[in-house]
Amino acid sequence: MATSQWWSSESFWRKTAIWVTGGSMVILILLTMDTLPQISAGSKRVPAYSVINHRIEYQLDNTRHVQVPVIGKEEPLFGVKLTEEEAEALVSHGKMTVQAKNCMNCHTLLGNGAYYAPDLTKAWLDQYWGNSDIRETQMVEFIKDPSNKLHNSLNRRMPNLGVTDEEARAVVAFLKWMSAIDTNGFPYNFKSIEQEN
Amino acid sequence: MATTMGRLDSANLNGGQKLAVKYFLVAGILFGAQILFGLISGLQYLMPELLYGVLDFSVNRMVHINALVVWLLYGFLGSVYWMLEEESQHEVVGLKLGNLIFWVLTSAVTVVVLVYLLVQVGPGNQTSLWLINEGREYIEAPRWADIGIVVSVLVFFYNVATTFSKGRYTGIAGVLVLDLLALFGLYLAGMFYTPNISVDQYWWWWVIHLWVEATWEVMVACIMAYGLMKVLGVRRKIVETWLYIEVALMFGSGILGLGHHYFWIGTPEYWFTIGGLFSALEPVPLVAMVVHAVFDAGARHAKNSNHPTMAWLIAHAFGNFFGAGVWGFMHTLPQINLYTHGTQWSASHGHLAFFGAYATIIIAFFYLAAQRWRGGVWMSGELPGNGWKWKWALGLLNLGMIGMTVALLISGYEQSQIERAIEGSSWIGYFAAQAHPWFIQGMWWREAFGVMFALGFVLLVWDLLTIGKGETRAQQAIAAE
Repeated sequence: MATSQWWSSESFWRKTAIWVTGGSMVILILLTMDTLPQISAGSKRVPAYSVINHRIEYQLDNTRHVQVPVIGKEEPLFGVKLTEEEAEALVSHGKMTVQAKNCMNCHTLLGNGAYYAPDLTKAWLDQYWGNSDIRETQMVEFIKDPSNKLHNSLNRRMPNLGVTDEEARAVVAFLKWMSAIDTNGFPYNFKSIEQEN
Repeated sequence: MATTMGRLDSANLNGGQKLAVKYFLVAGILFGAQILFGLISGLQYLMPELLYGVLDFSVNRMVHINALVVWLLYGFLGSVYWMLEEESQHEVVGLKLGNLIFWVLTSAVTVVVLVYLLVQVGPGNQTSLWLINEGREYIEAPRWADIGIVVSVLVFFYNVATTFSKGRYTGIAGVLVLDLLALFGLYLAGMFYTPNISVDQYWWWWVIHLWVEATWEVMVACIMAYGLMKVLGVRRKIVETWLYIEVALMFGSGILGLGHHYFWIGTPEYWFTIGGLFSALEPVPLVAMVVHAVFDAGARHAKNSNHPTMAWLIAHAFGNFFGAGVWGFMHTLPQINLYTHGTQWSASHGHLAFFGAYATIIIAFFYLAAQRWRGGVWMSGELPGNGWKWKWALGLLNLGMIGMTVALLISGYEQSQIERAIEGSSWIGYFAAQAHPWFIQGMWWREAFGVMFALGFVLLVWDLLTIGKGETRAQQAIAAE
């Protein structure tokens, strides 16, 4: 009888299910314990919020064969150098605005979200903003009321979401910080905005 | 019993089933809402001025995916209440509380949706996240609703766990109770705020992935096991052994398969290997489920007591395999995912997977409910009109979904080619791809097949409301093995 074989018995598979599930969970927890410190703000991969005081570039890394963020010379956002606490507060306000305005149901962030509007992972570095001199102003004005700004040939436009000046500046801070996260080369082959020396 | 044959009569249902049909009714309404808002957001790709500034894409898309999550959860809750008394051979413990919670939960869902539609967005502060919208895809529900959901599911869990422990604690019960515990526990991983988006998405995926690619899959495996015993008369020992095999394969691949979401969110590179390997294994249990269902049906020459249910269970087995398995595998390896991540590929996969893996099996249970609600009527061959309504609904819904999936995939290919590979993922590249005729063509086809899908839904509702009406024959007896 086939049912007498150990590999077809109910109890064998019940035990296997329990051990496999338990083992997988243990491995996942161990990996999580290893990963979380590596993605905490201020780590090598996810920079401190005060990175917004610096220039950020996205350059090819010859050993990894992908582009990685490079943190450059001091170049404070809106010309004001912030302390770590001030920078965190600003970025956090921006992130909260991004959530409260439901950005993720049109845009993707780190590639996750909806596909109706462009990815925001490297929004800070996008050529759309013209050049780095006018970028900050352009971004703030766009976010405050995008409805009458140039978008694309499709006439697909971002609506006016009632973002205040303060919120728009915070969103720009969040976007600048996010562009400095090492995302293993995503987005690939990205062409950055011109940044003069 | 005979006097109510062919009429909807709640006397035909046990306590748990009376509650189950309430969940099923709301699930059906939300399914309709999901389709409606999907059609609107699909149309906005083609006509961006449509409802601009009134019901923007973000709102419609949020309602589309939230209705999906909630109707599937309602379907699961309903299916569990449906089988609970038969499986445990005991009355549902705390049924009154369960009923109360149904109304609380349904009121909360109504308020959340109304706020989504009428308030939409708020200022960038904690109050907005607590009262309006948390702004995190799939789990947008504001924090107050999160807490309501946790309380509700605790009551549901109490109903299920206590009923099984007071009655018969079967293998299905054991898997189900542990799975529900994990499913609800995971929801807590999504209930916090952090400015760090890498940490945010790390835990967000615990909820999303460990739901849809682990605990939900095991949930449907339990429902499937019960369904096969019910309509085909498969022996418990066989379905339960299969269930354990499926759990081992599903959790063995799915838990670490979580790694395929950790390629690009700031997480270390070792996730490439772990995520790539384990997610490549994720289709394996889905193959096992197809083999299980098809073999069991074939072994009985497809003789069963409920043809629509059986057809939808088979649709589930294949839909799960193709939608979740094949479509997921196609872009799960990091070398491919670098180009496809965050494109219409994901939308293509999402559509076929959610429908194939989850919508189908809940529809199968809708038919089980309709059969019993009318007094256990005949639902095998030789239905009036040769059962054209359920067959056409099955055909339209499945063809509509396959059509949408393929159309989105074509747009996705074009997008990853032009936006990612050629243009370099900039915004100019994004819009160059979005404006390309191949992309737009895909969007038109998606909308057309969406309409076909909607027609199938209308027919499905009509059929569920009328099937077995005035039927005098009792359901086909299935020889127990």
